[in-house]
Amino acid sequence: MTGTLTVLRTGPGVTVQDGGRPGWLEYGVSRGGAADRLALAEGAALLGQGADLAAVEMPGMGGEFQADSDLRIALTGAPMRASIDSAAVAWNASHLLPAGARLMIGAARSGSYGYLHVGGGIQTPEHLGARSAHLAAGIGAPLKEGDVLDTGPDSGGITGLGLAPENRFEGGTVRVVASLQTSLFPQAELMRFEQTAFRRGARGNRMGVPMESDGEGFRPNGARTVVSEVIVPGDIQVTGDGTPYVLLAESQTTGGYPRIGTVLPCDLPVLAQAAVGAELRFRFIAMEEAVALERAEAERREGLRSQCYPLIRDPRSMSNLLSFQLISGVIAGEEDVL
Amino acid sequence: MAEVSAATPVPEIRTVGVDGMLVSFGSRLSEPANRAALAFRAALAQESWDGVEEVSTSLVSAYVRFDLRHLDHAALRARLGTLLAQRDWYAAELPGQRRLWRIPAVFGTELAPQLPQAAEAAGMTEAEAVASLSASRVRVQTIGFAPGQPYLGELPEAWDIPRQSQLTSRIPEGALAVAIRQLVLFSVAAPTGWMHAGQTAVRLFRPDAEEPFLLRPGDEVQFTPVTPEELQGLRRDPLGGAKAEDLS
Repeated sequence: MTGTLTVLRTGPGVTVQDGGRPGWLEYGVSRGGAADRLALAEGAALLGQGADLAAVEMPGMGGEFQADSDLRIALTGAPMRASIDSAAVAWNASHLLPAGARLMIGAARSGSYGYLHVGGGIQTPEHLGARSAHLAAGIGAPLKEGDVLDTGPDSGGITGLGLAPENRFEGGTVRVVASLQTSLFPQAELMRFEQTAFRRGARGNRMGVPMESDGEGFRPNGARTVVSEVIVPGDIQVTGDGTPYVLLAESQTTGGYPRIGTVLPCDLPVLAQAAVGAELRFRFIAMEEAVALERAEAERREGLRSQCYPLIRDPRSMSNLLSFQLISGVIAGEEDVL
Repeated sequence: MAEVSAATPVPEIRTVGVDGMLVSFGSRLSEPANRAALAFRAALAQESWDGVEEVSTSLVSAYVRFDLRHLDHAALRARLGTLLAQRDWYAAELPGQRRLWRIPAVFGTELAPQLPQAAEAAGMTEAEAVASLSASRVRVQTIGFAPGQPYLGELPEAWDIPRQSQLTSRIPEGALAVAIRQLVLFSVAAPTGWMHAGQTAVRLFRPDAEEPFLLRPGDEVQFTPVTPEELQGLRRDPLGGAKAEDLS
């Protein structure tokens, strides 16, 4: 069954995102899509549906939403305070959003990007084969108050499932493989790069994030300019002042700054989710190891559905305790839980 | 263009990230390397190997993205090597179905304020610069950076002028900017180090149109001088007065 989700209020930069639109590099359009692809997979697992469906991506701050009919939802990514008609609901979990109820999503407690998934997916119009907004390319627009989003046919299923997220919201160490221009940097600079504790800079967005540090900038040998080459998400380009800048989903498609390395796709959620000031380190690994890690992560994501578990209710957090049927001690399977 | 001799570099295969490979036909831009990249990319598309997810070109290279679950680095590298050995890619023809686009542009005035600076860098008067830029038939060498945005070349040698070290904070959509014997026609407003010498009304990327991208690699472009008033009149046309002629 299909329905609508109305945006009653929204934070800045909230957009519809899916897996992005591969295949248009040739025409200068980067793939784009969710900044944290793992969060998309987690939402799909919680709702028992395909990971290609579109969700609402919320950078730092959520909003207030209302469905015109009963709607299954899941909340993943950066943990945010959430409630349905003022009753707190768990993050990294699926819930039933009853018709007309108000879903409030507040500020991120850690990390950057939170996601609101709906049963059947958000069904805004497709452009070049995807629903993702790509603001840098002029595709789509941030959501605003009053927007009414169509939701797709929901295969149905239970809600009240939880999924333990991989902790990726506090920075950490990300793994890197050598890139096209890694060899332009002297060995000593590469070692210093690995030893440096970076902080995620404030100017980051879906296109990329600057990596700040207290030491000097990083310098390649010889020529400052290289012929403009293809960019892939995770590329760490070193700009004129020596600051590494990690390119994300919505980056430009080509670039002429030398790249010191490329972050593994499976570690990109750590970078995308690092809040301003979070500490990040880089570690080079061999290509064989990187390939093995990527294959293992692809398999793990496909098996996420089996990792979902029924939420256990904590009576202390149940503000509407009296409304539940407690006598039998059994909760109907379709009922939402806290 | 035809000097494919001792100076011709050897193609190089390198990895891009974890799931990509790049076949580069040179370390700097040249006509043969650009043609080789376009032809090799077309051959890759034709081959459509299992596990290859996407192919594209940059100025002198062809890029392949592949699915690690269906293809490994050694196998892909071997296949690329075999395909490379099949012919002299530097001697390849340009892609088929090419078009010549004539695009109206205002050179100079407040719409394109860096014409005087660009002309001076090229050692020309403004009138000579306009004559030179509008007489040049340039080719789409690659599309990249932003949606539908072409790198156009190669301009006469006088235009081998450096990019500015100080970026211009924003030039508008449709801006025509010059440096290093190339023109870039901007598909979105952007900061740039290229010099803003012309202004068009063409929209290179229209996400809702049946054909969202105006230009293809291999297309040729010539810019026709118009007055600011004429350009204003062309702004209602999404093509900004651009007209195409089949070259194939």
